[in-house]
Amino acid sequence: MKKRVAVLALQGDFAEHEDSLRKCGAETFQIRQKADLEQQFDALVIPGGESTVIGKLLRELDLFAPLQEKIRNGLPVLATCAGLILLADKIENDSKEHFRTLNVTVKRNAYGRQLGSFCTTGKFADMENVPMSFIRAPSIESAGTGVTVLSEFNGKATAVMQGKQVALAYHPELLEDCRIYQWFLDCIVSGK
Amino acid sequence: MDATQAELNRNLAQMLKGGVIMDVTTPEQARIAEDAGACAVMALERIPADIRAAGGVSRMSDPEMIKGIQEAVSIPVMAKCRIGHFAEAQILQAIEIDYIDESEVLSPADDLYHINKHEFKVPFVCGARDLGEALRRIQEGAAMIRTKGEPGTGDVVQAVRHMRKMNAEIRRVANMREDELFEAAKELAVSYDLIRYVHDNGKLPVVNFAAGGVATPADASLMMQLGAEGVFVGSGIFKSGDPAKRAKAIVKAVTNYQDAAMVAELSCGLGEAMVGINPEEIRIIMEERGK
Repeated sequence: MKKRVAVLALQGDFAEHEDSLRKCGAETFQIRQKADLEQQFDALVIPGGESTVIGKLLRELDLFAPLQEKIRNGLPVLATCAGLILLADKIENDSKEHFRTLNVTVKRNAYGRQLGSFCTTGKFADMENVPMSFIRAPSIESAGTGVTVLSEFNGKATAVMQGKQVALAYHPELLEDCRIYQWFLDCIVSGK
Repeated sequence: MDATQAELNRNLAQMLKGGVIMDVTTPEQARIAEDAGACAVMALERIPADIRAAGGVSRMSDPEMIKGIQEAVSIPVMAKCRIGHFAEAQILQAIEIDYIDESEVLSPADDLYHINKHEFKVPFVCGARDLGEALRRIQEGAAMIRTKGEPGTGDVVQAVRHMRKMNAEIRRVANMREDELFEAAKELAVSYDLIRYVHDNGKLPVVNFAAGGVATPADASLMMQLGAEGVFVGSGIFKSGDPAKRAKAIVKAVTNYQDAAMVAELSCGLGEAMVGINPEEIRIIMEERGK
């Protein structure tokens, strides 16, 4: 059975996520307003973009509470960059908080402005040499109980998992390498 | 700039997609824009409508003023330099701006050459009226394109014209036989590699926003439906009666541009829109700057 993935399409690089998911054989559709939640779906993707914008639109379009409930009830989620900030329990340098379903503390724009953006490769779960693009990226400052670290950079966690929530500080959607999506669909969504 | 940096710079533009970039002149305006849901702000001393009204030479803003805006918000901050003025661009890079707009809104510093943007680490956005201009700017190193429109007029007609023209030309190139691409490269005065990319992918190799004359949620929806990947709003917000409300409405209209009922609701009770001027009434044609 093809997995059906909802991609939060309020702002950011949601189209790139859809391309990668489809390459891995999933079906996708966009969530832009409350009516879109009436559809059935097996997983949610929260894309990169500006967390301030997405967080604000989630509330103004009445998507915040229903999505938070679905995530709390175990909906598989893949979140990148801004998505990680939206899931985090605490944001160190911002008074705002969002879903708070992921037991981590993050720091926004942790590597500075655009001049601090960078690319690297590393280990993700049991996969080697996975390319990772950090764009004005957040960092994961600390992780609480129930959180598994999936990748690290300079000794700091850059991707984590808690239950069915997977959150990355970087952007697999920007790259050709689709292994992280395949892993998410196989291991988290299908639970193989 | 190495290939990785160039890619990262194009990537930052991808993060702005589906968003609204707003012109601001003070830290207070920047905060209003961020609270309203702007995905980035453009820091400048005078918005295009006032540049038009004031006349004279218009230059890069005071770095002190730009720094004030950088400190006020957490979203990316862009700033404008004059076309061809690479020293102004160097200054903007030195204060770690997130994006430089080499902009026709300011008085051009060079009537022949644009900045060699490959020499910079920070990304550039440039205006374009058609596919040829867009690809020439990309060839020079631009990591993002916007339509020129006619800034500071509150009249969307040129932005529409430029977006339609660019997309019509992209469709034409995408439908060409392979042996016709060489002639297209010659005709548009761009490299074969870039034409080849447009032919194979049916789009520009970088993100393309609408800019120039967007003043209402309906304008934003129109530009998105015509193929823009996001919207710049310059004078349209802070020249209107209720900037915060209008800014919020335009942000939501960009996300739900296909939902006419929602855009209708968003268009209600916004107060006065900027007055606007027709292209026939203006003395300075900014879109003619830089080819």
